Amino acid sequence: MSDLHASLPARGLWDRLTALFWRRPGLLVGVLIAAPLLWLGVVYVGSLIALLVQSFYSIDEFSGVVQREFTLKTYAELLRPANADIILRTVTMAAAVTVASAILAFPIAYYAARFAKGRWKAAFYLGIMLPLWSSYLVKVYAWKMILSKEGIISWAANGIGAGAVLDALLALPGIGGNSLSTSYIGTFLVFVYVWLPYMILPMQASLERVPQSMLEASADLGAGGLRTLWSVILPLALPGVIAGSIFTFSLTLGDYIIPQIIGNSANFIGMAVYQLQGTAGNIPLAAAFAVVPIVIMLVYLGIARKLGAFDAL
Amino acid sequence: MDDVSLTIAEGEFFAMLGPSGSGKTTCLRLISGFEKPTSGVVRIFGEDMGAVPPNQRQVNTVFQDYALFPHMNVRDNVSYGPMVRGVDRRTRLAEAERLLALVHLDGFGDRKPAQLSGGQRQRVALARALINRPRVLLLDEPLGALDLKLREAMQDELKKLQRELGITFVFVTHDQGEALSMADRVAVFSQGRIAQVGPAAEIYARPANRFVADFVGSSNILPPLMAAAFGAPGAWASLRPEALRIVPAEGARIRGRVTGARYLGAGTRLAVAVSGHSGKEEAEIAVLVPAAQMVPSEGAMVGIDWDTGAVHPMEPA
Amino acid sequence: MPSETRAPWILKLLAMGGLLFLHLPILLIFLYAFTTEDRSYQFPPPGLTVKWFAVAWNRPDIWPPLWLSLKVAFLATALAVVLGTLAAAAMARARFFGRDAISLLVVLPIALPGIITGMSLRSAFAIMDVPFSTWTIVLGHATFCIVIVYNNAVARLRRLSGPLLEASADLGANGLQTFRHVILPNLGSALLAGGMLAFALSFDEVIVTTFTAGQQATLPIWMLEELVRPRQRPVTNVVAMVVFGATFLPILAAYYLTRGGEETAGGGK
Repeated sequence: MSDLHASLPARGLWDRLTALFWRRPGLLVGVLIAAPLLWLGVVYVGSLIALLVQSFYSIDEFSGVVQREFTLKTYAELLRPANADIILRTVTMAAAVTVASAILAFPIAYYAARFAKGRWKAAFYLGIMLPLWSSYLVKVYAWKMILSKEGIISWAANGIGAGAVLDALLALPGIGGNSLSTSYIGTFLVFVYVWLPYMILPMQASLERVPQSMLEASADLGAGGLRTLWSVILPLALPGVIAGSIFTFSLTLGDYIIPQIIGNSANFIGMAVYQLQGTAGNIPLAAAFAVVPIVIMLVYLGIARKLGAFDAL
Repeated sequence: MDDVSLTIAEGEFFAMLGPSGSGKTTCLRLISGFEKPTSGVVRIFGEDMGAVPPNQRQVNTVFQDYALFPHMNVRDNVSYGPMVRGVDRRTRLAEAERLLALVHLDGFGDRKPAQLSGGQRQRVALARALINRPRVLLLDEPLGALDLKLREAMQDELKKLQRELGITFVFVTHDQGEALSMADRVAVFSQGRIAQVGPAAEIYARPANRFVADFVGSSNILPPLMAAAFGAPGAWASLRPEALRIVPAEGARIRGRVTGARYLGAGTRLAVAVSGHSGKEEAEIAVLVPAAQMVPSEGAMVGIDWDTGAVHPMEPA
Repeated sequence: MPSETRAPWILKLLAMGGLLFLHLPILLIFLYAFTTEDRSYQFPPPGLTVKWFAVAWNRPDIWPPLWLSLKVAFLATALAVVLGTLAAAAMARARFFGRDAISLLVVLPIALPGIITGMSLRSAFAIMDVPFSTWTIVLGHATFCIVIVYNNAVARLRRLSGPLLEASADLGANGLQTFRHVILPNLGSALLAGGMLAFALSFDEVIVTTFTAGQQATLPIWMLEELVRPRQRPVTNVVAMVVFGATFLPILAAYYLTRGGEETAGGGK
């Protein structure tokens, strides 16, 4: 019929490869995913398994040498009063930080989702993103300066004649201390500051998914308005709150820098892990301690999943 | 798709018509190579395409939403084909200008696709697909996104272009008017099978089965008993509204009551309720009354007459 | 359009107050870099000076950590861009068995507290007797940077619809040509944004790093040392300003590169 061809010959390696991948699409996906899978699946998951394995080893109390034999002895050590205290203290702090973040985040998230338009919206977005992404250590450092005895808070408190209030606060048993930067109150404040953006973003996302008409209906916070807020808006924001709380809770559980720099040097899980693997050289116990946040988070995620929080992530 | 056997002749304007999900687009993608047959073969000019990837086929496509490269201007879009085939810059840009002139877009080379209207984008897509001088041009609902007036203008233009270039055009559409007015031959798809293939006029006048009669145009579909009343006993039959005439009720072969009328401009479409011989069979028959004639009022008793050849028996399925 | 409702003043006040709470502390870093007092964080500063910039410049202990941090951030970003893009491309291409498992795997290093990633890698190095080096730090950083690049790339690839790639192949392009002429120009800014965020994240990271660095000091580790045992405090402020700038600018650039998309949202640390 004609001497023309309906197909062109392959030219070069890439044409041949293209043809091969066209005939076997699975091969292409395999080639693409191989390297990331090797990295994350072997190196990273392998390391997580190494952590788990180490936590079942123990340390010889006299020689300090790690004994590579399976034992539950190390986990039993976690239950010793000193160690159980650390875990309880960390979880309490994480819970307090989460609640405070949720309270502080709500007006910002609600305002950004409901009232901010156009330029303001972009400004709000950046205003939340920038603190979230900017240097963690710099933020902690800023608070060390703010909370120090001679710092801006004391100065301001004395300036407005509230120095006595501050002193009374610091004199509170349990959470007080010599100055804000060496008290639980200080540790708590910094945790809230550092993780707050992680609460705002998912909360805003879930509020934005609520139909405007529903927000408008309850936006008018007149008489009985608080009641509307309580019974209409808060339940709608809840998935976002839970999503955000996953971050604030998990990040607080694992942090060891903040309590080390700001606080009364009481131990937290993170600090314990850091000290045990470093100066103490007790890697098995450090590993066992590190498994604790994983277990707590798994339980937490299980609950959050039941409440439908993953749609808001 | 199942049991589809189709031969398209060289230089033909061929339409694949069917509702969405009927397999027409899949059939097109088998030709371009974006789908592979689980069994069976695709041959283009006798050549088995089983091992030939899309980029080595002398086949080009005008995509449904045009799929113009948003980051390239019109000229670079059109000259993309020659570029990836290693044609030097001067030659391919000159060729792009020629193609742009062919689709009446001279001087638009520097624009980005986002700066063009729907009709202009469609022309760019056409020029881009034609620049490689394909043996077959595939068009996937190319006019779907255009408004009615533009669509009709483009139909004429595509038809003209196809005659001038002598390339095989394979055209997918769900619009039966478009298929019938443009194509030399039409394949009607239904549920992954081909319901009928043939010249456009034949598909319209003699639908092979109920699906085709229903989908192509607006035939009256007569079940066997009713068909018998119209003189075609023993089978389903189709009957075009424009093949029917309104006559006085007395002495008419079929009588019925007018139940509705819709003014269409070129005529009026009447709905007439008729009953079959037994009196048990009821059907609503559509009759097209040309604009020049008087339209009986609703509720009137009328007679219906037709030419003997107009009743076309067909397969039930 | 319903009547333009305005925010209740109390809500406005709380929202603005919240934003100020997020931003004001960082400004203090800048202020204290100019103070004349170097033994405490006295407020207000007793006097202002610019001498600490010169002092910082001449401190020999700052430069090696800075170079190490830059080196690590570059290497980790490069690795993360390659691995994150590959993973995103595979996920965008096809539905295949184990998709959900892989997307979980990508997010895991950032979803788990840094201390777990750090301690895990530390355990693995201990078990396999791997000595600490620049590469052990890079390995940790690349692991949690992959997800940043991946998130950016996956969102863009989703928008880079199938028909465009098919159109390219239809016109005769092979896989490499489609990548070069169609995918890369459309993906480029997303990768750049992802790379910048990854760089910022790596440059600033301290928690995982302390577990994978051994005796080496990156700039954040140097800062941490200064926080625990302060020497010339304003010098730390100068360095903090540098660290802040090195993370702030890429973040801002990434925002403008991906504006209109939702790519940077949801990517946590």
